[in-house]
Amino acid sequence: MTTVDHPTPVVAPSFGPEPLAGERGPYFGAFGGRFVPEALVAALDEIDAAHRSAMSDPAFVEELAELHRTYSGRPSIITEVPRFAAHAGGARILLKREDLNHTGSHKINNVLGQALLTKRMGKRRVIAETGAGQHGVATATAAALMGLECVVYMGEEDTRRQALNVARMRLLGATVVPVTAGSRTLKDAVNEAFRDWVASVDTTHYVFGTVAGPHPFPVLVRDYQRIIGVEAREQVQGMTGRLPDAVCACVGGGSNAIGIFHAFLEDTDVRLFGFEAGGDGVATGRHASSITGGAPGVFQGARSFVLQDEDGQTVESHSISAGLDYPGVGPEHSWLGDSGRATYRSVTDREAMEAFKLLCRTEGIIPAIESAHALHGALGVARELGPDAVVLVNLSGRGDKDVDTAARWFDLVSDEDLVASEAERVADAPEDTEGSGW
Amino acid sequence: MVSTATTSTAAAAVDGALAEGRAALVAYLPVGFPDVAASVEAAKAAVDGGADVVELGLPYSDPTMDGVTIQRAVDVALAQRTRPADVLRAVEAVAATGAAVLVMTYWPPIDRYGVDRFARDLASAGGAGLITPDLIPDEAGAWIGASEAEDLERVFLVAPSSTDARLALTAERSRGFVYAASLMGTTGARATVGAGARQLVERTRAAGAERVCVGLGVSTPDQAAEVAGYADGVIVGSAFVSRLLDAEDTAAGVRAVGQLAADLSAGIRRA
Repeated sequence: MTTVDHPTPVVAPSFGPEPLAGERGPYFGAFGGRFVPEALVAALDEIDAAHRSAMSDPAFVEELAELHRTYSGRPSIITEVPRFAAHAGGARILLKREDLNHTGSHKINNVLGQALLTKRMGKRRVIAETGAGQHGVATATAAALMGLECVVYMGEEDTRRQALNVARMRLLGATVVPVTAGSRTLKDAVNEAFRDWVASVDTTHYVFGTVAGPHPFPVLVRDYQRIIGVEAREQVQGMTGRLPDAVCACVGGGSNAIGIFHAFLEDTDVRLFGFEAGGDGVATGRHASSITGGAPGVFQGARSFVLQDEDGQTVESHSISAGLDYPGVGPEHSWLGDSGRATYRSVTDREAMEAFKLLCRTEGIIPAIESAHALHGALGVARELGPDAVVLVNLSGRGDKDVDTAARWFDLVSDEDLVASEAERVADAPEDTEGSGW
Repeated sequence: MVSTATTSTAAAAVDGALAEGRAALVAYLPVGFPDVAASVEAAKAAVDGGADVVELGLPYSDPTMDGVTIQRAVDVALAQRTRPADVLRAVEAVAATGAAVLVMTYWPPIDRYGVDRFARDLASAGGAGLITPDLIPDEAGAWIGASEAEDLERVFLVAPSSTDARLALTAERSRGFVYAASLMGTTGARATVGAGARQLVERTRAAGAERVCVGLGVSTPDQAAEVAGYADGVIVGSAFVSRLLDAEDTAAGVRAVGQLAADLSAGIRRA
């Protein structure tokens, strides 16, 4: 482990005195904490210490910045979308293009930071959970880049829904482990990753994918994602001469949303909107809206809003978007929502897919279905704020991975063709696809 | 739910065993597997076979500390919607045998039930306290208050990775005994008991713990004998659950649980 510990932080302005942005856990108001087995406490303490030391080490900060510039493609650009915005009464809508990052989403920001941190801690192996596969692909990418062994846990249900991302991870040399426990989705992949970690913690870092989980993950992941808002705040001022009136992002666990919100927390005139996955609608019970449709509870290491039944058992979430299909949310979001600093709303599958199509047709940009939730929300916010408003939206990912889902949703290909292409894919696959042996 | 008999505590049960010159046997069984009534029968059979303390598991949907054996059992219990009230009834039934009964539970269900309310209801059912695998003392302020108010035991865990400072903190906040995880990993039978278990017990005692029981990966009479050589209690879980999983029918499973308790008890007495 590098022990250089410089007194002057180069980036890490979040250590500052600001009442909101300066919050560094373990608790955000009533939310957060570490509801974990004692066996993991030493590792969480180690990560916390390593992260603090890394953030104030100019060499670490520069190495990460260099990777951003020369590998993932930062700073990401801002695109104004007037033809899309025309559907919302004329306000200016600006997209922060995280979809243009290497690997296709904001997930790479966090993963590059944590992979560097892994090396700094002297560990050789990383594990990760993934739902849609974006975080798994990003982790596999960083592991390939830095020569780390990589194991990704993915619910069996999701490995079928996102077969292409499974192949991407295996191409990158990662081992993908389909999880057959519980509901076989993202939350079960997280459980399995924790089971691996408690037995492997000496050599392994758990690259947590979102701003949820036990402390310090919510702070750690936020610190690596806040570059989105730091860049956007300056870019929007450069383009418009002022701060935006509203910032919009989709919220599953909440990493892209915290990433773009954080630099604006002290700008009290800037309204912050998080859009959760509404599935069939919160009233139907089939949704993934933890804040708008859930209640405070303990889940996967932290106290936060969660979907659970009256006995505290986790309720399965539902969303067309695998990346938002999670029954929990990061504690900082629960805090921002509870305190009123940010507003959280729910967007249904249908609404998100309408916005998805609208952006494709008006601007030539195919968004991730996750991000389409924020796009729908932004249309509503823009209408509410009127034609003079400037609305910033985090376009957190691109829609390549969602083409199959969208094709089915919009009936763009015949069922026969879909079945045939699926059968062909299965027939062409080698029998042993379990990892790096290809 | 008002118990007439005085509640047996785990501390008294462990001390009783030590007074006989042996370690205590602690048996874990999840309530609701294969069904609530059968899990109560299995727990009673474990007591008849020689278990000094029974841990009744409250099923939870996301058991991150458990291996496949207990996961399978918990899936069955939840599929039948085993609820906290069922667990409290099971506690009452097993406590009526005179054994000390602890509830082993992940924290989300207790948090949802209300920690003060659960403490009251557990005390009324004759339960001795809680074992909390995902609640560290640092987060346990509400539970410490509730357990003091209801005079319940608080069993926190320590692990080979725990620092001496954390061992001291955990020992200080525990009541009854400290649960030493023999290895870094989830529950489940293993060929050997973690090599670091003995050292962890010694470190935990040095940090101030009065009683230290060892669990995780202990499943055979030989392993029980080995652990009984240095710990105050031997905790066995997955091996009991396996007996129920592998049995042809419930009655055979309950008999096998009783037999395993007797075999483990004999192993402990050999130590």
